[in-house]
Amino acid sequence: MAEVKLSKIVKKYDEVEAVRGIDLDIADHEFVVLVGPSGCGKSTTLRMIAGLEDITGGDIMIGGDIVNDVPPKDRDIAMVFQNYALYPHMTVEQNMSFGLRLKRYPKAEIRKRVDEAARILDIKELLNRKPKQLSGGQRQRVAMGRAIVRNPKVFLFDEPLSNLDAKLRVQMRTEIKKVHLQVRTTTVYVTHDQVEAMTLADRVVVMNHGIIEQVGTPHQLYHSPKTRFVAGFIGSPAMNFIPCRMENGSGGLSVRITDQLTFPVPEARAGHYRSHAANGKLLLGLRPEHITEARQHLEPGTVPFEAKLDVTEPMGMETLVYFPLNGAQVCGRVNPNAGAKDGAPLRLAADLNNMHLIDEASGQVI
Amino acid sequence: MAVATVASSSAASRPKYGSMSRDRTWALRWSYFFLVLFAIFFLLPPVYMIITSLKTSNEISAATSPWWVYHPTLENYTGLLTSPEYLTFFRNSALVSVFVVTLTMLISVPAAFALSRMRFWGSATLATGVFLTYLIPETLLFLPLFKMFAMFKEATDIELINRWWVLLILYPTLTVPFCTWIMIGYFASIPKELDEAALIDGASWMQTLTKIFIPVALPGLIAATIFAFTVSWAQFLYPLAFTTSVDQLVLPVGIITSLVKADVYNWGQIMTGALLGAAPPLIIYAFLMDYYIAGLTAGATKG
Repeated sequence: MAEVKLSKIVKKYDEVEAVRGIDLDIADHEFVVLVGPSGCGKSTTLRMIAGLEDITGGDIMIGGDIVNDVPPKDRDIAMVFQNYALYPHMTVEQNMSFGLRLKRYPKAEIRKRVDEAARILDIKELLNRKPKQLSGGQRQRVAMGRAIVRNPKVFLFDEPLSNLDAKLRVQMRTEIKKVHLQVRTTTVYVTHDQVEAMTLADRVVVMNHGIIEQVGTPHQLYHSPKTRFVAGFIGSPAMNFIPCRMENGSGGLSVRITDQLTFPVPEARAGHYRSHAANGKLLLGLRPEHITEARQHLEPGTVPFEAKLDVTEPMGMETLVYFPLNGAQVCGRVNPNAGAKDGAPLRLAADLNNMHLIDEASGQVI
Repeated sequence: MAVATVASSSAASRPKYGSMSRDRTWALRWSYFFLVLFAIFFLLPPVYMIITSLKTSNEISAATSPWWVYHPTLENYTGLLTSPEYLTFFRNSALVSVFVVTLTMLISVPAAFALSRMRFWGSATLATGVFLTYLIPETLLFLPLFKMFAMFKEATDIELINRWWVLLILYPTLTVPFCTWIMIGYFASIPKELDEAALIDGASWMQTLTKIFIPVALPGLIAATIFAFTVSWAQFLYPLAFTTSVDQLVLPVGIITSLVKADVYNWGQIMTGALLGAAPPLIIYAFLMDYYIAGLTAGATKG
């Protein structure tokens, strides 16, 4: 097992820069998820770690050795592909042992490792089947088994759950986490699904346009995003961005949304924001769960306001409400018994203790 | 009465639902009609050959029905199978075909693998070039080949004309380009992740080819083998041009040159010879068809 270190990694296809100089340190045993929209360079980064793509610039280190020019087979890595990539003419057992057989491991050792992996993944009864006799979830387990038996320094996962249906995806997600808790191999996992990223990762790397936007624990990314992109990408439904101005009036610092609506900034936050009072265009970032129905007793920092709802979406345990505010479509999460109706007005409350302020020009969270 | 009304009204509103299956029925009828037509069209010649091969020369020239054998005889078969000439043709054909098929596969499978998977400078152009080579008709090639053989003889004093083994070099010029092209197509249909997985598992290019690509592309390999065998077994022009002595001839040319004496056509023996000559490809087809099944890649990637 080993740590992975990327420094100033660049990948160019002709003149297009897919990855634009990223630095990333992955610790031993760590589970790191690269997440971002299509074309953000996350898969390319993973393939460069695997050695399936040449790097244009920078260094990749696995276990302390620079592996820039080391072929994939000598990097001691294992990869799980989106479409499983099982060898169709081999049984599950042959699929899993292929790498070990190529390296001429003793038969007993191969047997032992395959059995162990099959036990971890609960696929013992499938060992003599061919891939075409397996369901999608079973194939994905076999693909993981093929990685586990090799006992590599690093596991690489390239969107392994994208081909599964929603229910199975959630199940396999838990499964992957369980396996990682057992084998503890350093893991780099690529996905475009932020829920997968949040649930699996020790640390999440949010990528966009070939650069890293932010690296942090799921908690850090969710509660203290550094950029507008991260704020909008992590969390579902996405964070609301409402155009606003900062005002430093007699009653203290406040956020003016429209002529009629201002939100006073809680004292705890005011000091941090005061220097930006003069700035022109700002965005108020509020997550949907921080816009709820107004209750009788409002917590400090919570401000009530009237909204005319466009649409409501009852989810069962909560109801999502959508309404326009200063040109932005805003989403809130209210109690299903709060009486939200399509097209009807509702008294809502914004929890400004959890507000974010974003400089619209730079996209940075203040 | 009421029930009858309901039944008739529902029947009146239903024909639309039935039209789909009626269309299918008619489509099926038409396809069977044409299939039978084609089957008759293609089976008549061999049937006629079998009938003729069972007749004596006298009966063939007699004014009886050509579609019936009145005095069946196997003398054409015994005559040919005991004739050393015919057996030599057969041996030459078999040797040439087996060697050509082997040689073709040894060249075109690795070539196709390299052209479809290893991205090297000019690989795409080369792949197209291989196919274009196949488009040049053989009739254009045998005169330049003659010239080349003559020059080769002048330079090295080795005679290439009228030697059956020269066909071993000539036939691959026809089979290799096409088989390579077929195999490129089959290899291209194998998902890229499969060789990447093999690469990460530690397989060399050669191991990826032999342990992954060849087993997965087996139906393609069989198609290419059948093609190469058919071409070398049935090739007529090159052996006609390049071999002349009776002991150097292959089957198709041998039948024509030795069984047609001046303007005397020994029809019974010609038909028998052709039938026996057609037997090996038939047997090989029947044997390989079992393996020639599509969908062998099923299960490799997502369902």
